[in-house]
Amino acid sequence: MTDLSSPLSPPENASLRKLRRGRLRPGIVLAALVLAFLLVCGLWPQLVAPYDPYGLDLLQSLKPPSWSHIFGTDQLGRDIFSRVVHGASYSLYVGVGATLIAVCVGIAIGLTSGVLGGWVDLAFMRVVDILLAFPSLLMSMAVVAFLGTGITNILLAIAIAAIPGYARIVRSQVLVIRNSGFVEAARVLGQPPLRTLLRHILPNTIGPLVVLSTLGIGSAILHSASLSYLGLGPKPPTPEWGLMLSEGQGYLRAAWWIGVFPGVFATLAIISTTVLGRYIKAYSEGRE
Amino acid sequence: MNRALRLIGRRAISSIPVLLIVVIGTFFLLELASGDAVDAYLVSIGGGDAALIEHLRQSYGLDQSALTRLWIYVSSLARLDLGWSVAFNRPIAGLILERLPNTLYLMGSATALAFVFGTALGILAGARPGSLGDRLLSIGSLALYAVPSFWLGLVLSVVFAVQLRWLPTSGIETIASGKQGLERALDIIRHLVLPVSALAMIYLALFLRLMRAGMAEIWRLDFVRAARAKGLTRARIVLRHVARNALLPVITMLGLQAASMLGGSVVIESVFAIPGFGRLAQEAVSARDAPLLMGIIVVSAVLVIVVNMLIDLVYAVLDPRVGASEAAS
Repeated sequence: MTDLSSPLSPPENASLRKLRRGRLRPGIVLAALVLAFLLVCGLWPQLVAPYDPYGLDLLQSLKPPSWSHIFGTDQLGRDIFSRVVHGASYSLYVGVGATLIAVCVGIAIGLTSGVLGGWVDLAFMRVVDILLAFPSLLMSMAVVAFLGTGITNILLAIAIAAIPGYARIVRSQVLVIRNSGFVEAARVLGQPPLRTLLRHILPNTIGPLVVLSTLGIGSAILHSASLSYLGLGPKPPTPEWGLMLSEGQGYLRAAWWIGVFPGVFATLAIISTTVLGRYIKAYSEGRE
Repeated sequence: MNRALRLIGRRAISSIPVLLIVVIGTFFLLELASGDAVDAYLVSIGGGDAALIEHLRQSYGLDQSALTRLWIYVSSLARLDLGWSVAFNRPIAGLILERLPNTLYLMGSATALAFVFGTALGILAGARPGSLGDRLLSIGSLALYAVPSFWLGLVLSVVFAVQLRWLPTSGIETIASGKQGLERALDIIRHLVLPVSALAMIYLALFLRLMRAGMAEIWRLDFVRAARAKGLTRARIVLRHVARNALLPVITMLGLQAASMLGGSVVIESVFAIPGFGRLAQEAVSARDAPLLMGIIVVSAVLVIVVNMLIDLVYAVLDPRVGASEAAS
């Protein structure tokens, strides 16, 4: 009788937790290593890249992967590995930059909406709901149509498309905190509202946001690669992953490596930020 | 059923202001953009004199004030007229109607596949949370979730179309093949296999994760213990009690994903050169065809609203509590 549950029981909480703790460790270390490597690529590409990413060598064009060119060369004889390494800086720039902007504007909108309440809140959240329901890629495309193509414009377009999500989270967080004991206490003690806002409400909304923004970086990298794949990003000789992929697509039959390796790097960047983001999220929720 | 219909009616009415906000917002965004369609056209033909520019602006109505044009736009929108595409030199409504079916096939079949396989694998993973199978599926779904769709499409096309030559690399059908009826349908299906799989695999991961997470929660609830105490078989508990209850949030996600699916198909259509709605969006941006882009945004907003209404309807049928209070009031 005591072991009623065992034949068909799903593991209970304790064992689940143990599994979770054991499960992600090697994955997290791997993700952190990959991300560290990509960071080095992004910050000091010349340390990693063996060749000039723009250096033409027509005698060496369309060579498959070999010891001298581990990812092969493209139609102009440029070393794919060097180009992919240099591409990391663009993706990190857009990933981190867009997320930072989106988080900051999201905080501003969410705080205003949550603190003021009333019709301001209603109007803000109505617009946010509409924007959230809208395909973010199409929204970014409309913004690029407005700003023009280019890497910084892509960054802004992705940031704008990501703002509503962050604003919504900040606002719901503010609503919870606004009614909590310590805010009440600060109010009773006669603190000016602005000070309450900055000292008590704001710091408590930032925590969950930092967690979510690590996940946001991955999706911003994905979006930036998509937009530049569509030809809305930097112009050709730039070694940007999405752009390299679309250039390589014309050579699929002759040289698959031109398009495939930039995608491998993009995938690695997205997986590693996502894995780390999830880990930080689980950790902050006390699950690890 | 009456309750569901009333719910739909309510949603339809409340979506009108939403649509208006989208239209007005996009209109002014594109209005502020530097350079209009006439500029883009002049660049493409290599410039023109002042008289030509003046004439072109007049014929497209670009010489009037923004508010007048907004009014004209909204009132013609009410008559389902989306205006004139500068880049294609055709009415936009016709252009979109011509492209939309391809995208709907792509999205529809990808969503259906992702939903069916995603929930099925999710049930498999959630049947024994923490087991080896669950862990393998979780890692696999994380990898799929992170892969950029266009890269997955490219790899699939390298393997199955270029190396193995099983399937065509691009397009929606064989050009000028003269195929009719069933033969033509089969040809289109053959062309859609790769893009649909690429799109479906990415969303499959999402449904899998959601289903699994939902099931892991439900295992802990009392009614599952009751079912177990009654001596029901494991399969019955998994399917009738756990999976069934975890399905509702997955259906909600189906609605929420309709929008991102539309975005995802923009990219996939470019990879496989499918003349669909998404590719039209890309063409509109690169040709700086503001009216066309505007039409695309309006139509996709309508699409998202309609899909969400359908989801609400399904939800109301599945869960009798939904809409009951609204209908009663």
